[in-house]
Amino acid sequence: MSAASEIALTEHDPHAVDRKAVRSRRARRRRMGRTGWNLVAALVLVVMVFPVYWMIATAFKPTDDINGINPTWVPWHPTLQHFRDAMNHAYFWTDVKNSLIIVGFSVLLAIVLAFLAAIALAKYRFSGAKLFLLLIPLYVVLAKYHLTNTLTGVILVEMTFVLPFAIWMLRGFILGIPKELEEAAMVDGSSRVGAFFRILLPLVAPGLVATSVFVFITVWNEYIFANVLLSDQSKQTVTIWLSTFYGTSRNTDWGGLMAGATLTAIPVVIFFLIVQRKIAFGLTAGAVKG
Amino acid sequence: MSGTTSEVPDAAGALGSRRRRSAWDRAARGSVPYWLILPVAVAMVAILAYPLYQLIVISFQKYGLFELIRHAGTWIGLANYSSILHDPVFWNTVVRTIVFTIVNVGLTMLFGTLIALLLVRISTVMRILLTAGLMLVWAMPVVVAVQVWYWMTNFENGVLNYALTKLGVGDFFHHDWYVTPTSQLGMVTSLIVWGAIPFIVVAVYAGLAQVPDELVDAAEVDGARPWQVFLDVTFPVLKPIFLILTSLSIIWDFGVFTQPFLLIGESHVSTSNYLMGIYLYEEGYAKSDFGRGAAISVLMLLMVAGLSFFYVRKMWRTEDVA
Repeated sequence: MSAASEIALTEHDPHAVDRKAVRSRRARRRRMGRTGWNLVAALVLVVMVFPVYWMIATAFKPTDDINGINPTWVPWHPTLQHFRDAMNHAYFWTDVKNSLIIVGFSVLLAIVLAFLAAIALAKYRFSGAKLFLLLIPLYVVLAKYHLTNTLTGVILVEMTFVLPFAIWMLRGFILGIPKELEEAAMVDGSSRVGAFFRILLPLVAPGLVATSVFVFITVWNEYIFANVLLSDQSKQTVTIWLSTFYGTSRNTDWGGLMAGATLTAIPVVIFFLIVQRKIAFGLTAGAVKG
Repeated sequence: MSGTTSEVPDAAGALGSRRRRSAWDRAARGSVPYWLILPVAVAMVAILAYPLYQLIVISFQKYGLFELIRHAGTWIGLANYSSILHDPVFWNTVVRTIVFTIVNVGLTMLFGTLIALLLVRISTVMRILLTAGLMLVWAMPVVVAVQVWYWMTNFENGVLNYALTKLGVGDFFHHDWYVTPTSQLGMVTSLIVWGAIPFIVVAVYAGLAQVPDELVDAAEVDGARPWQVFLDVTFPVLKPIFLILTSLSIIWDFGVFTQPFLLIGESHVSTSNYLMGIYLYEEGYAKSDFGRGAAISVLMLLMVAGLSFFYVRKMWRTEDVA
């Protein structure tokens, strides 16, 4: 409450003095409370971030530290051995290449299609379907056209969950562009195509980047369909590579596994943190405007 | 609602509305938009409508490996549905999944809301740190998180076992978390809740900005306890957001697949720990009985729709009463 309303209270309220005392007591309690809440927040932070820290710390620890009964909390003797192991692990580079091919084409396809649609359907609403439930028919349809066990098949399936969302996000960004800007360009004699390239495209560029990153992350992380469709080891993606890392051996190479996990997470985390605000905007804009 | 943003430029006045029409509006009179939509329309039909149609058709067919090679199923009417509805495993799985969903959604919403409320009460530095930490968690790929969980909870030297033993919770030395179904699903729950919290926190925190400070202050001056302030002042404002978040969480958690499949492990999933997603995968895909799998998918689709509908209606009802 503002100072003005506090004055108003003192003038008109016979119990104003009491209230003032309550107020200052409350303020003091709040200051003391804040330290307490900060401690709680620190605890929450530690609990939430610990798994991520533990993954990275383990990836850098020597094997003896990892396998000890008592945990070594900090990697005092960091080593890159596990990262070398993970990268030399069978199919790592093949699967990174496969993931990049799938991700690259998915981003390209989704952005082109979604951009065209988002311009035209500025007032339409899409929502993501419950895609896992389409596992069976998608598999059967792809089998019909001999697209199982091909990267093309996976790219097509990725479109099913990426496209609706990409259109939704891009639409939000396009709606944010003032029509007058485009108008002005047209009045100044630009053609429609010229107005598009000089006015619309630069303004939508950040939205295009954010949407591309969203598609990148979704497709890179996708597991179920890639696992079902790609049976050939040389055609699999990074997520499948990681989930089969320990195979059937009894002694799991935890260091290698955590190094592999870190390598898998790095591109996603970097991209996510860069455009995090934009993605949050796209999600909430969609949710609120929908 | 969707028109709000696009109408903002028009708010300047009704005058000269024709002149202010944009290039795209003008193009709307031509065939351009249809050409723009065409690729997407074709893509959507090919990847969503057609598979959905196929799903329903296949669910009425005998469709196994033989039919897959032949590219045609045999019509068997409701046989798939009746075999599923007479399968006790199906009903056990439905009940287990509903309980699992309630627990997961409940815990996610509870912790998410508590952390969002916490964010309002802490110093700026701490808020930035905690937000950054939550973003890091949000960014973690599910498959990566599963491996980290697997490592933290392994029975030989999992750090969770060590920490719980040291904290005096009990003796968890060489405790195997993946023996009983309850414990297995408990681990899956912890993983899902951990991963889902950041999104809930961000959304609820954004909603908290809409709660008028004056109302909270007035309620506190009038001697309302903190939980009363939350129930009577904060909650009504947040209700639409809770509605959306809870519905989304129900849909996500009810159909969850990757976390239980990978954390429990394909070799350890059994009828005693099936969730609907796993049941669908094992009965339909793994056994190559695609007709049955399709029927399970249709039933799941109906259940998710039913759950969402029931929930939404309940929220509307309480809103009417209030």
